[in-house]
Amino acid sequence: MPKKEKKKLLIVTPAPHIKAPSDIRKIMWNTVLALLPPIIAGVYFFGLYSLALIIVCVLFSVGSEWVFLKARKMDTSAAFDGSAVITGILLALVLPPKLPLWMGALGAIFAIVFGKQMFGGLGQNIFNPALLGRAFLMAAFPVAMTTWVKPFYWNLPADAITAATPLALAKFSHQTTPYLKLFLGNVGGSLGETSALAILLGGLYLIIRKIIDWTLPFTYIATVFVLGGVLWLINPNKYPDPLFHILAGGLMLGAFFMLTDLVTSPITRKGRIVFGILAGVLVIIIRIWGGYPEGVMFSILIANAFRPWIDRLFIPKRFGT
Amino acid sequence: MKKVFIRGLLKENPVLVALLGLCSVLAVSNTAINSLFMSGAVMFVLVFSSLIISSIRKIIPNQVRIPCFIVVIATFVTIADLFLKAYFPEISKNLGPFVPLIVVNCIILARQEAFASKNPVHYAVADAFGMAIGYAWVIITLGIIRELLGFGTIFGHKVLGSWFEPWVVMLLPPGAFITLGVIVGIMRWLQAKFGGSTS
Repeated sequence: MPKKEKKKLLIVTPAPHIKAPSDIRKIMWNTVLALLPPIIAGVYFFGLYSLALIIVCVLFSVGSEWVFLKARKMDTSAAFDGSAVITGILLALVLPPKLPLWMGALGAIFAIVFGKQMFGGLGQNIFNPALLGRAFLMAAFPVAMTTWVKPFYWNLPADAITAATPLALAKFSHQTTPYLKLFLGNVGGSLGETSALAILLGGLYLIIRKIIDWTLPFTYIATVFVLGGVLWLINPNKYPDPLFHILAGGLMLGAFFMLTDLVTSPITRKGRIVFGILAGVLVIIIRIWGGYPEGVMFSILIANAFRPWIDRLFIPKRFGT
Repeated sequence: MKKVFIRGLLKENPVLVALLGLCSVLAVSNTAINSLFMSGAVMFVLVFSSLIISSIRKIIPNQVRIPCFIVVIATFVTIADLFLKAYFPEISKNLGPFVPLIVVNCIILARQEAFASKNPVHYAVADAFGMAIGYAWVIITLGIIRELLGFGTIFGHKVLGSWFEPWVVMLLPPGAFITLGVIVGIMRWLQAKFGGSTS
């Protein structure tokens, strides 16, 4: 059938005829906009090299998506709908700021090819692709992935630039970090996770635009706060206080940008609450009793695996039954 | 007879198509040399078990055939295990329990049950060789890829220079799963493209 005739066909659909003005592109580019504050904070604290790392991750995730779609003879315009850009940015934001560029590129390729396209592309993936990319890099290059630098390292003498993250300091040497530093992000850590302020700005924008549901980050952070608080009340000398728990590490970034991934989080609100609590409990378990100082990445990946079951538990009643 | 031999290589490959015996495939394929010795042991056990079982297939009572197979297989596994321990103690140590575990390797038991116990000796041996070579090329390919990315070496020789940063993950179980999955995917894709109708 020629294209001209196709357009003239009458489209008959049952009422109601309300069409939401949002589509994938709009949601994705709004998310990119919301990611700008953490990006700016990361580049401010860790220098232009981190901007290069972000650009490399974005280029390789969009590029590998395009190549994969092309090889499978699918619609290559899907590579430019913004979702691959987000995966690239999010991956870069959870990497150490001085990671070699080729490792970032490898992580981006893994995230897109194995984390997303292998499952069938956007909307089909079980796990958050960016976190899967990070988990792969963590397993492949454990030393490079745990080498952190201090903010503004270019002003420091060469032997003083590496730093431990606040969580590692708290876990392995019982040192505390001032709250204001944690809130602003003037501490060692992954590229975009350190500044709670910048992440809150971006997260609030997403909540106001109704792109993410506030229940997810809220239940996640609240669970970590309450459980961390209970442990702190039991033994304040041994366990870090709850405010530290929610400001340090990748919790904020994970809560607003990764747990809320539209594809890998439950559909119903009840399901989201269970999902957020589950992930929050996992964070505390890994941070306090696990081998790693930080548990946000694994908590979200494990919760992602439970998402289909959570969705099945809370199937909404059909209207009228 | 040629057909019986050929099908084990690709079309009915025990690892890529039937996905049998994955325990040893995933566990010992971290270096090429381990894979080579493992596939040698599997080939020895498979060929001789098929030979014996096919030649005594008429006197094995049907009700107790599995125990009979296991006794024959276990005999050859013991020979292979003791041989490796005596002549290649280092490699035997690396392979660990996976050589004795060939006794319960499903590739071998499946070939006895499905083929050797029902067919004449020369077919059984041809089938065993085909399957063993099919197992060998997959596990050796897996071993080469994992060793190359995990250590930067192939059969212990340095291939990639000092610029290379080893991918620790390739030496761990996840690396084995990912690599095997990719190989299975590529083979399926090639088969769909060039092999005509397969499934």
